[in-house]
Parts: sequence; structure tokens; C-alpha cells
Amino acid sequence: MKRSSGIGKRIQANWELYLLLLLPVAYFIIFRYWPMYGVTIAFKDFTPAKGIMDSPWIGLDHFMTFFHSYNFEQIIGNTIFLSLLLLAIAFPIPIIIAIMLNQVANQKLKRFMQTSIYAPYFISTVVLIGMVFVFLSPNSGIVNTIIVALGGDPVLFMAKSEWFRPIYVFTEVWQNTGFASIIYLAALAGIDPHLHEAAVVDGASKWQRIRHIDIPGITPTIVILFILAVGNLMNIGFEKAFLMQTDINVDASEIIPTYVYKIGIQRGQYSFSAAIGLFNALINLVLLLIVNRTAKKLNGNSLF
Amino acid sequence: MFARKRQSTGDLAFDIVNYTLLIGFTLMILYPLYFIVIASFSDPNRVNVGDVWLIPQSITFEGYERIFSDGAIWTGYRNSILYAVLTALIGTALAIMAAYPLSRRDLLGRNFFMIFFAITLFFSGGLIPTYLLMMKLNLMNTIWAVILPSAVDAFVIIIARTFFQGLPEEIREAASIDGCTNLRYIWSFVLPLSKPIIAVIVLFAVVRQWNGFFDALIYLEDADKYPLQLILRNILIENQPSGNLVDDIQTAAEKQRIVELIKYGVIIVAALPLLILYPFLQRYFVQGVFIGSVKG
Repeated sequence: MKRSSGIGKRIQANWELYLLLLLPVAYFIIFRYWPMYGVTIAFKDFTPAKGIMDSPWIGLDHFMTFFHSYNFEQIIGNTIFLSLLLLAIAFPIPIIIAIMLNQVANQKLKRFMQTSIYAPYFISTVVLIGMVFVFLSPNSGIVNTIIVALGGDPVLFMAKSEWFRPIYVFTEVWQNTGFASIIYLAALAGIDPHLHEAAVVDGASKWQRIRHIDIPGITPTIVILFILAVGNLMNIGFEKAFLMQTDINVDASEIIPTYVYKIGIQRGQYSFSAAIGLFNALINLVLLLIVNRTAKKLNGNSLF
Repeated sequence: MFARKRQSTGDLAFDIVNYTLLIGFTLMILYPLYFIVIASFSDPNRVNVGDVWLIPQSITFEGYERIFSDGAIWTGYRNSILYAVLTALIGTALAIMAAYPLSRRDLLGRNFFMIFFAITLFFSGGLIPTYLLMMKLNLMNTIWAVILPSAVDAFVIIIARTFFQGLPEEIREAASIDGCTNLRYIWSFVLPLSKPIIAVIVLFAVVRQWNGFFDALIYLEDADKYPLQLILRNILIENQPSGNLVDDIQTAAEKQRIVELIKYGVIIVAALPLLILYPFLQRYFVQGVFIGSVKG
């Protein structure tokens, strides 16, 4: 009795706060939770005329169709290969750059370099890939001009499948390294300066201090960001692959998100493409759980 | 004595390698940007043969003249500004309305609401269900399809909540004792103290909307609603300059020559607003990263 009136009073005291929450909650129900409910079309034979509710259930048919489709292995392979490549190259470079920048004693130079390398983060994907097309153009691009000047033949970069992944990874490094290094720089700044002072007194070189103080000091940060990166492994930036895709490089550039777009939006097979998208999300979730668990076992760092 | 000297040579070698690599990396980032600038007002023929690499050659402003007199680009510019402003307004309002109540420890059901928002960080309907939702809501080919779906997300709400939690509790208690209502307290105390976090949220929204093209690509049909990035895509990637950019030129070779020039120019024109905002962007984005990383 007393408790329930207490609850009523507490709600009443802050009624305005609930009023404020009303609009955001409505927004999230419509624009986030409704699409989650909409995922059920992956198990249905959805037609827009019938709507989500009234379209008939068909179980796992769409998933089976996808698993047995002729390009299933290629699409999954492309997605995983590209993700692993990014994880192996684009993930460690910001760590290395942060450690290197941390050793720069000249503060002005350090600030100049930081300001410069953050800048590409704010360039849009369209402009980034536009630059790639312009620079790599076979007849007017600067890269091919140099190749020809050195006596080589022009390379049709955007029309060759084997160049898709190198270009994708390079632009990723070019655009995101600076911004991704911020968090490691902050972690490095948080390391107790006494450790470094003591190491200097003991005659440790810069290299030794990096190995034995800096790297162990930022390992927890690295582990957490690694978990996040693996958890997002299958969520490769769709926009870039989409913009870089040409009819000729499609056997390397077709990844799950571009395929979902093609099948769903362009060909209108909503149920089938929703199933592919859901399959992708499930792999992601499983990966996240596995890595999180492993990290917890190894050294006690984990997200949840 | 000996050990000390040997060690300092080691450190010297380290410094030399370190500075060389870092300067090389910085140049690798900066040079493409610099090249675009000088190529945008150099004669394309000189660019093609490799004469232009450090200073502009045979300076011409034809590219910019054509860009400035093209209707489609300016329509795109105007649309992008409109979408960015609306996204920032709506997104910031929604973020604050959600984040402030969540920052209050005396809010009953706080954990429930927190989980309600946080779930969307890990689960989403994905492309197709969102697309069907837009159809269902009759938002296809309206500017709201570009603005609403990405106006706010749980990450921004969590950043704002973390900030609000750092505001001194004593002021609120004192205000509450003096009979100040929640809404007045938010209006007169919270918002004025929250300028840094509002700047972070607004800039996040502006950059995301200014740089985005995909929502516009799938939801918009009318060319006069296209944001700048979609028009850029046609010029830069599809190689199909819109409107009257090069229609008056007779020969195909000359056309291609001018199109190359225009490509460099539109990259500059499109990047200009963010370039002007860059000092703020750098400061507030870095801040946003820090607040976000304190407690996710």
C-alpha cells in the first residue's frame, strides 16, 4: 500500500521527464523497433500488397535458397576475406601511428601531424572514391602518368578485380587511421609518467620503454576495440564497396551488403534479401560473443 | 658512461626513423588533397602529361566557372544544407529529450528506458525492413526519408547522458527546493551549461547528413531533391555530368578534358563547408570520442 503510493508519487514528481521521453521513445519504436519486427519477413513470403502481418510463413526457405545459390560461397568468401584483410592491416596501423606520435617531443610538429591525419575522416565516401577514380584513371590519372613515365603500361585499376581489395584497404587506412589513433593517444597519455621516469633512470631505451611500458599500458584499450572490430567484422562499410563496384570487378567486390541491396532494393525480392541481411547479422552476433568470451578468459578485459 | 652513450645513439636512431616514417605518412595523407587543389585550376592537358605535381600550371578557372553556373550543383548544395540543418535540429532535440531524463537517478524506470535505447546499438532491422517501413509510412520521395531514419541513434543519446550526469546535483536540488519545475530547470540551467555537448551532437549530425548519399539514392526520385553527394556521384563516379555542365562543348575529347577539370573543382566545392568547420569538427569530434569511450 505504502510502496505503491510511493511509486505514484515518484512518477508524479517527475512527470515532465516522462513527457520528454515520450517523443524519443515513439521515434525509436517507429524507426528502430518496427524494422526489427519487419525482419520476420525473412521467414515469410512477403508481398507489399499483403503486408508483413498477412504474408504467409514459409520457415527457412529463403535461407536455404541462399545457401544453395551458385554465388553463395563467392559472396561469403569476399565478405570474410575483405573483413580479415581490414582487421589485419587497418586495425593495427592506428595503434602503431599513435605510439610513434607519442614519441614526438616537438609539440608543434606533433599537433601539425595530428591535424593533418585527422582531416580525411571528414571527407565523404563519394568524394573519397571519386578521388580514387580520378587518380587511377587510365588516361588522365596521376598514378598511371607516373607508371607510363617509368616505362610501364597503364593499369585499368577500377576494372580489375585483383585491385579491388588493395584499393579498399588503402583508402580505409588513408581515411581512418588518424581518427582511430585518437583513442590510443588518449590511452598512452593516461599511462603513469613515473613508469617512464623510472625506466629512463634504469637506462631503458625508447624502444624498450615502448615495448615494456606503452604497449602493456594500452593493451586493455586494444582488446576492447578489437572486440568491437570483430563484432563488426561482417558489417563492412557498404557505401564504399557499392561505389567502387563496376560490372567488371564484381567477382571481388560483391559482398553481403551490396548483394542485399541488389536483390532487395533493385529487384524487389524483399523477403529473400531480408533473410540474407539477417543471416549476416547473426554471424556478427555469434562472433561478438565468442571474442568477448575469449578476451574475458585471457586477461579479464571484456565488454560485458 | 659507455652504456649511456650507446643508448643515446640507439634513441637517436629511433628518433630519425620515427620522424621519417611519420613525416612520410603525413605527406601520404596530405599530398592527394593538395594535388586536387592545384589540379582544379591547372590546364587539364598539363595535368594529364604529368606537368602538374607541385605548382599549378597554365592556370585556368574554367572548371570553377562551369561549376558556379551549373544549376544542379547549387540545387544539391541548397538541399544538402537544408537536410543537414533539419537533421541537426530534430536529432539534437530528440537526443536531449531522451538523454536528460536518463541522466536523472531519481527517474523511476531509468534502467528500463536505458535498455530500451541500448538494444538498438546491437540489433537493427537492417536495410530491407527499414526500406519497407519508409514505403509503409508514405515517406518515399520525400525529404523526410533522408532526414528521419538517421536523425538520432542510441550512441548519441548515451554520450549526452554521460555529459548530463556530470552536471552538479546540488544546483538541481537547490532549484527544486525553491520550487523550480523540471522543465524550467532544463531550460534555464541544463541547456546553457550543455553547449559543448550540443555542439558535439550537432556536428555529428551535420557531418553524417552532409556526407551521406545512400538514403537519398534509395528513397528520392526527383532530381531537384537530390543532395550534393548524389550529384557528385554522377559527376565523379558515374562520369555523367548533370545539367548544362558541358553540353555546349562540341568535340568529345574537349568535353572529356573539361570534365576532368570539373571533377577536381567539385571535390573542392563539396569539401569546402566541412573544411571551414574543420577547427570545430576536430575539437568537438575528439571530445565526443572521449565522452563516448568513458562509459559505453
